[in-house]
Amino acid sequence: MADFLLLALLGGLGVAAIAGPLGSFVVWRRMAYFGDTLAHSALLGVSLGFLFDINLNVAVIACCVLLAITLVALQRQHIVATDTLLGIMAHSSLSLGLVAIALIDDIRVDLMAYLFGDLLAVTPEDLYWIYGGALLVAALLYKLWEPLLAITINEELAQVEGVRVTAVRLVLMLLIAVIIAVAMKIVGILLISSLLIIPAAAARRLANTPEQMAIGAGVLGCLAVTLGLGLSYQWDTPAGPSVVVVAMMEFLILYSWPQRQAA
Amino acid sequence: MKSHHDLIRLEQVNLHFGRNHVLQNIDMALHKGCITTLIGPNGAGKTTLVKVVLGLTKPSSGNVWREEGLRIGYMPQKLQIDRTFPLTVKRFLQTTQCRDKNLILKALSDVGAETLLQESIHNLSGGEMQRVLLARALLRDPNLLVLDEPVQGVDINGQLELYALIARIRDQRNCGVLMISHDLHLVMSSTDHVICMNHHICCSGHPEHVSNDPSFVDLFGQRGAEQLALYSHHHNHRHNAHGDVVQQECNHG
Repeated sequence: MADFLLLALLGGLGVAAIAGPLGSFVVWRRMAYFGDTLAHSALLGVSLGFLFDINLNVAVIACCVLLAITLVALQRQHIVATDTLLGIMAHSSLSLGLVAIALIDDIRVDLMAYLFGDLLAVTPEDLYWIYGGALLVAALLYKLWEPLLAITINEELAQVEGVRVTAVRLVLMLLIAVIIAVAMKIVGILLISSLLIIPAAAARRLANTPEQMAIGAGVLGCLAVTLGLGLSYQWDTPAGPSVVVVAMMEFLILYSWPQRQAA
Repeated sequence: MKSHHDLIRLEQVNLHFGRNHVLQNIDMALHKGCITTLIGPNGAGKTTLVKVVLGLTKPSSGNVWREEGLRIGYMPQKLQIDRTFPLTVKRFLQTTQCRDKNLILKALSDVGAETLLQESIHNLSGGEMQRVLLARALLRDPNLLVLDEPVQGVDINGQLELYALIARIRDQRNCGVLMISHDLHLVMSSTDHVICMNHHICCSGHPEHVSNDPSFVDLFGQRGAEQLALYSHHHNHRHNAHGDVVQQECNHG
């Protein structure tokens, strides 16, 4: 197997494995649009990275984290409805990113790679970022698992029961920001939320407990990455979108299966 | 009232949301072993007052005193759990950080719901869900139970059963209970103390007193109040609540 393919596979598996459990929370808590907004802001991070000549991963993570914090702060002001706020921030940050990249005229930026991913250009350095990020997210998810489930059930109930709701919610947002930053290379800004949402939604059909769904989502995501890369290699299709297409197929197959009694 | 061991006391509590004066000069105390029912029209600030009691909302002014070591078991008005969240009753009860299976079973059997352990939370009827929520509140071994409309979405017979269950739990555990209710006539037989509120406390006291209080009649309309009073008369022959002159216990805020 070609080296670039192995790197792509390792990178994709790392991201998909952790996107599953995290994506389950995105689905349960209806944060799909939030994930999209963070992803859109990643392009702003890329352009700022070029502009100030800092590591792109660092710039993207910083940008996503800043956006997540701004979002939480603005949500509290109740200026506009949350979905409107998300829409404003998603498209403003994407446009700001595009405008900023256009203004940096001494660098040629392959926009398509950032928008739709460039899985086949994954470098060993990228792998460090992906696995570092994935390990960090996995460790925090493990540690905060029960409180996260509790605030997903009902935030006020959790607070009465002694969970530090605001802190736990903020950590969840930051984890999503980290994953989006490291996953950008794999499926691109426009397709990142699909990697969070589709495997988790598909795994719902097989799961009776939150843990089964989280792990199932990770497994289905890894399967999608493997098959998608195979597809891409075989028929020379774009890698990121191929992965998403396979994930969609998984979803369709699982949901056309006859329903059984499930929790 | 069985005792006057105070669990929580509110003194001159006020709360403003912008220009809305939601809570006005609220004075109240919850006692050990005593069921207090909060009634009032929609938008009267009942849920807000409960949130102040729970410590979820800070009052704009006034004092909230809690007994040291107070453990509150809370049952929210409704739980909206997304159907994509696979959750059995057992797993739902485990997220209280209570992992002890025996304790979970005990709490479920206390509310008569032990058969639901492996059931999906999404397949429960209204009454079953309320029982499971109550079991969750009991898992904390509370000395105060706070129930926000505990009989919501339950048919009349189920409502009476639930109120009887709450009274039984109070008897067994000797905990204080604060609950919000819409219908005084159903809750009447299983409550010790009624607080009727519309931003301020209109009247409070024994359910019989409250149902005849002029401010209660004002709040719910003559017909509604008469129905409630008649109902109580029908249910409790020892008291002649309807038409009698009742000792006034009104403290208009």
